[in-house]
Amino acid sequence: MELQKFTYDNRITRDFAMATIVWGVVGMLVGLLVALQIFIPEMNFSLEYTTFGRTRPVHTNAVIFAFVGNAIFTAVYYSMPRLLKTSMYSKLLGKIHFWGWQLIIVAAAITLLAGYTSGKEYAELEWPLDVAITLIWVIFGINMFGTILQRRVSHIYVAIWFYIATWVTVAVLHIVNSIEIPYSLMKSYPVYAGIQDALVQWWYGHNAVAFFLTTPFLGLMYYFVPKAANRPIYSYKLSIVHFWSLIFIYIWAGPHHLLYSSLPDWLQALGTTFSIMLIAPSWGGMINGLLTLRGAWDKVRKDPVLKMFVVGITAYGMATFEGPMMSLKTVNAISHFTDWTVGHVHIGALGWNGMLTFGMLYWLIPRLYNTKLYSVKLANAHFWISTLAIIFYAVPLYIGGITQALMWKEFTPEGYLAYPNFLETVTQLIPMYATRAFGGSLYLIGMLMLVFNVIKTAKQGSLVKVEEVEAPALHALPAVKTKSESWHGFLERKPIRFLIFATIAILIGGVFEIIPTYLINSNVPIISSVQPYTPLELQGRDIYVKEGCYNCHSQMIRPFRSETERYGEYSKAGEFIYDHPFQFGSKRTGPDLAREGVKTGPIYKPNAWHYNHFIDPQKMNEGSIMPKYPWLAEKDIDLKSTAPKIRAMKRLGVPYPDNYEHQANDDLLKQAEEIAQNLRDAGIETESTKEIIALIAYIQRLGTDIMKPQVEEEEE
Amino acid sequence: MSVVFVLIIIGILVASVFLIAFIWAVRNGQFDDSYTPSVRILFDDPVSSKENDRDLAEDKSQEKQSIKS
Repeated sequence: MELQKFTYDNRITRDFAMATIVWGVVGMLVGLLVALQIFIPEMNFSLEYTTFGRTRPVHTNAVIFAFVGNAIFTAVYYSMPRLLKTSMYSKLLGKIHFWGWQLIIVAAAITLLAGYTSGKEYAELEWPLDVAITLIWVIFGINMFGTILQRRVSHIYVAIWFYIATWVTVAVLHIVNSIEIPYSLMKSYPVYAGIQDALVQWWYGHNAVAFFLTTPFLGLMYYFVPKAANRPIYSYKLSIVHFWSLIFIYIWAGPHHLLYSSLPDWLQALGTTFSIMLIAPSWGGMINGLLTLRGAWDKVRKDPVLKMFVVGITAYGMATFEGPMMSLKTVNAISHFTDWTVGHVHIGALGWNGMLTFGMLYWLIPRLYNTKLYSVKLANAHFWISTLAIIFYAVPLYIGGITQALMWKEFTPEGYLAYPNFLETVTQLIPMYATRAFGGSLYLIGMLMLVFNVIKTAKQGSLVKVEEVEAPALHALPAVKTKSESWHGFLERKPIRFLIFATIAILIGGVFEIIPTYLINSNVPIISSVQPYTPLELQGRDIYVKEGCYNCHSQMIRPFRSETERYGEYSKAGEFIYDHPFQFGSKRTGPDLAREGVKTGPIYKPNAWHYNHFIDPQKMNEGSIMPKYPWLAEKDIDLKSTAPKIRAMKRLGVPYPDNYEHQANDDLLKQAEEIAQNLRDAGIETESTKEIIALIAYIQRLGTDIMKPQVEEEEE
Repeated sequence: MSVVFVLIIIGILVASVFLIAFIWAVRNGQFDDSYTPSVRILFDDPVSSKENDRDLAEDKSQEKQSIKS
């Protein structure tokens, strides 16, 4: 058998590893900032760019797509060539992939802080960046599948199966959830509205957890845990079985994010069912990871890499048990909209993703630099401080989440809400928030220890740029089609090529043709009194989205007595049919706003109250943790955008009259003047063209449509 | 809720892609050996064990057959 010489390129792995570390520090730093902002509202430094509604998406995007994303690429670019005994397919594509991804991250941070957001959690980036992500992802895919095709080992190791599933599914999720109609260079509306948008978003959102935070990290685990322990995985058979079952089940669990919402019940039940089923394949992975270390526990005692892996995999096991439990309706009734969810997510993020990444880096960096880790002691200290950090982070949030939920639901013996003032349930949590921030800062300190250790390690060694290796050729078939075989035979012989073609076909064919036409005539139950937003309300709604209000305020009243007493009539699917995007939210740091505008409702406030509250929430509510928004009273509404916005909405099927875009600004100014006059009557001098007027108009519209006297419900 | 059908169709398409990949993997003999691959990754030297040569020889003969047919 002829031996072929080839090389492993360590430079690209090093680049991705360094990017992981840099973005890790940035993402965690922003995380600490938002953790402080949530109980010290002044921490936005009176800047609109750094208010919680904008910094929180920067944090989530930075840690998910920058920190974890680069960690995934580090693992792929290191392990795949070694598993397949080949170089990566293309160095150039690798470079484009690397720099493209980093540029997207920088652009994401800038645009999010500037207020360009699609208003959908974990998919906040606007359409130009969505396009860029798609292109870079395709380049990553070509590089990955190209490498698989030129492999010298026939067997595809299980880690690579996890990488393949990641690539395919993330591509589909991203494209389907990001179909939007641009109305300007940087802004767009999603084609889906209301409850449909919510379903697509959480189908995406949950699978982003599944296929960005879970499957690639299982791949990482299946490579780096055996390597670090120098032991084969406990059961290769189990890894195969749990891989296939995991990817087939995961995709249907999304609706568990919408339990008790106005999503049809059968879909909620479907989400719960699949979530419970997920325990088996998830624990398959956890058990396989942990049992790999059987007989090697003496190593675990000494080696910080293995310690981190053990805590990471254990956190994965805990989070994947807790998740299905939270998707049970009875548990979800308490956990949803509270900090419990935030705690749950961070067990996964800090434990599973963080610890596995740290372990990988401590194992990898000395090998890339052909030296020993600068300080094992420091790495051990990092391990302990991170583990403590996770406890200090999560436990207060569990306590806080349950405390708040129970306070929301508490009634007096007379049948009134025991804590009718929402703020009471918030101030109760401040000590918990402070402890959480302490936990977060411990985790950041640990990360800085890693930075120091990595720099020192890199300095004492020298980068092994390329490793020369040799392996016998895998007898390859001619790459081009031979005359004697049919096209399909050729495709069948190249299954991965077939996979690519099939995926591309799905994306182009299904997505761009079928979906928009499907959605114009949606069969959500129609409520005839629900009308499109007026131009002023639409502008106000876009400000609501821009400021990221959904990060703290929900717009979804669940059918519980504790909620209808507090907020008013529970939410109906038909109320949201013109909401591009939906703004249900997933966390109630502040009260629900779905019925904010209902004059007879329990939480109605007059225009003047809202005006003063936006300018200075603490003046209206002592102890409020909402940041001040004084710039809303200074900035003018962007009147030029009204016509394109109305046109885009009409294209999405919102029934504005013909040629309404020409008349829209007249209507807008008229309605704005009414509100300004109303404010003047209350003694507030303001111009009618300010953003705050539009936002007040939107807030006062919320939930009012079905309260109109002439309500006639037509179910279709 | 028409978007449900879109998601179901896409879900089924993705699942079929994975199903095809699975069937290919089984037919290709990817899962015939559920032990060696887990051990093999621990050795980063050039692979040239006898066992591996045999694997490769088998692959070769299979591929020849598939060309003929």
